[in-house]
Amino acid sequence: MKDRLTRRKWITTGLAAAGASGLVAAARLADRYGLIPPDHGGIYGAGETLTYATQRLLMSYHSLAREFDRSQISKVIPVNGPPPENETYELLREHDFKDWRFVVDGLVARPSAFSLAELKAFPSRTQITHQACEEGWSFIAEWTGVPLSYVLNLAGVRPQARYVVFLPFDPFWDSLDMPDAWHPQTLLAYAMNGEDLPAPHGAPVRLRVARQLGYKSIKYLARITVTDTLKNIGKGWGSYSPEIGYSWYAGI
Amino acid sequence: MRAGSVQAVVREARHCAVVRITHWLTAVSFGGLLVSGFAILLAHPRLYWGETGAVGTDSIIDLPLPFVLTGQSGWGRYLHFLSAWVCVLTGLVYALYGISSQHFRNDLLPARADLSWTCLSRVVSNHLHLKLATAEAFASYNVLQRFTYLMVVFVLFPFMIWTGLAMSPAITSVFPVLVSLLGGQQSARTIHFVVAGFLVLFLVVHVAMVCAGGFRSRVRAMITGYTTSINVRA
Repeated sequence: MKDRLTRRKWITTGLAAAGASGLVAAARLADRYGLIPPDHGGIYGAGETLTYATQRLLMSYHSLAREFDRSQISKVIPVNGPPPENETYELLREHDFKDWRFVVDGLVARPSAFSLAELKAFPSRTQITHQACEEGWSFIAEWTGVPLSYVLNLAGVRPQARYVVFLPFDPFWDSLDMPDAWHPQTLLAYAMNGEDLPAPHGAPVRLRVARQLGYKSIKYLARITVTDTLKNIGKGWGSYSPEIGYSWYAGI
Repeated sequence: MRAGSVQAVVREARHCAVVRITHWLTAVSFGGLLVSGFAILLAHPRLYWGETGAVGTDSIIDLPLPFVLTGQSGWGRYLHFLSAWVCVLTGLVYALYGISSQHFRNDLLPARADLSWTCLSRVVSNHLHLKLATAEAFASYNVLQRFTYLMVVFVLFPFMIWTGLAMSPAITSVFPVLVSLLGGQQSARTIHFVVAGFLVLFLVVHVAMVCAGGFRSRVRAMITGYTTSINVRA
C-alpha cells in the first residue's frame, strides 16, 4: 500500500515536472523566435500571444499590405489630437524643422543624426495604403518617405538587435519588432498626398506601419533606438499604448 | 400521491460530453465577444460600405448610440481577441467531433422525409401556434431546429470569422482576397455587425425556446447530459 502510494506520487510528480519544463521550453522557444509580445502578461496575455504568434508565423517579408490607385485616395482624412505643445517642438516647427535632427542610436555600428533634407535626399518609396483607426473609421492616403530599412542599413544594425524603439515629441513612444522594422512598406514618411506632412499628421516625419492599425504609425519622430530588450523602457510593455489600455501589437 | 404508486425515474441520454463542453465554452466566449464587440462599436457607431469611411463621409447606417471615446475599446479589443480564440478553438474541436462522430449527419442534417412540403408546413404551423416541447420532440431536433443550428454553425460563425479576419491589415497582407471579395475593409466591418445581429437574434430565440420547452430540464440536459422524467404508475 505504502509502496503504491510512493510510486503514484513519483509518477505524478514526474509528469507535473515534465509538463512544467515542457511549457518553459515552449515559452523559451517562442521567445527566441520572437513570438511573444512584450505585453504578454495579465488575463488577456494568452489571447495577445496567440494572435501575435499566429500572424508572425503567417506573414513573411514579402506579404505586402494592399496598395491602391490614386483615384481611391480619401477626401476626408481625420486627425486624432493636436500636435505636441512642448517648447522644443514648437521652436523646431517655427523654423520649418531646419534644425530638426533625426537621431539613430542604440545597437548600431554608426550612431547617426540626419537632417530633414538628408532624409529627403535618400532613395524614397511612395505607397497608397489603407489605414484603419482602432476606433473603426479608415481612410486611404499616399505616403512618401525613406524606407526605415535604408536608414537602419546606413547605421549598421548589430546582430543582437530585437526591436527598434521610436521616440517622438509627444508621449506616444512605440517599438517595432525586426520583421516590421525591415519590412519594405515601413517608412519614415515626410509627405502625404504629394505634399510636406502637415503638422497635425505628424510633421516633420512620422512612422508608417502598413500592416498594423493606425495608432502604430506614430507621429512627430525625434529619435530611434535599436535595442535587444524593451524591459527597461517605460513599464516594459513595448510602447505607450499598453500603458493606456491598448495592445502593443496592432495587426489585429 | 396515492399510496402504493410506483415511481420510476427514467434517465435518457441526450447530449454527449463533447457537445456539452463545447456548448458552454461557446456560450461563455460568445458572451465575451458580444460585450467587447459592443464596447469596440461604441468608439465609432457608424457603418460604411466600401474601403473607407469616417466622420465627414457618407455612412450607410448611423446607429442610435453615443460615440464613446474614453478608451473602452482598449480592454474591448483585448477581451474580443481572447474570446475569439476560445470560440474558434472550441468551434474547431466541435466541428472535428461533429464530422467524425456523425453528429452533424445524424442530429443536424434533416432527413429527406422531413423536407416534404406537408412535413415542413406542419412544423412551421406548430411553431406558430406555440405547440412546442412534446416529449417526443425533445428526443431529437425538428427540421426547423436542424436548419437553424446548421445556419449558425456553418454560415453565421464562419462568416463572423471571415469578416473579422478581413478587417486585419496583417491577415489581408497575406490573403488580400479575404477583404477584396467583400468589397472593402468597411464593408467587412458592416457585414461583421449585421451577422453579429443575426447571432444575437438566434441567442434570443434559442433562450426563449429553452424557456418555453422547460428551462430546468433542458439546461440540466445540457449540463449533465441526461433528461430525467418521473413516471408515476398506479
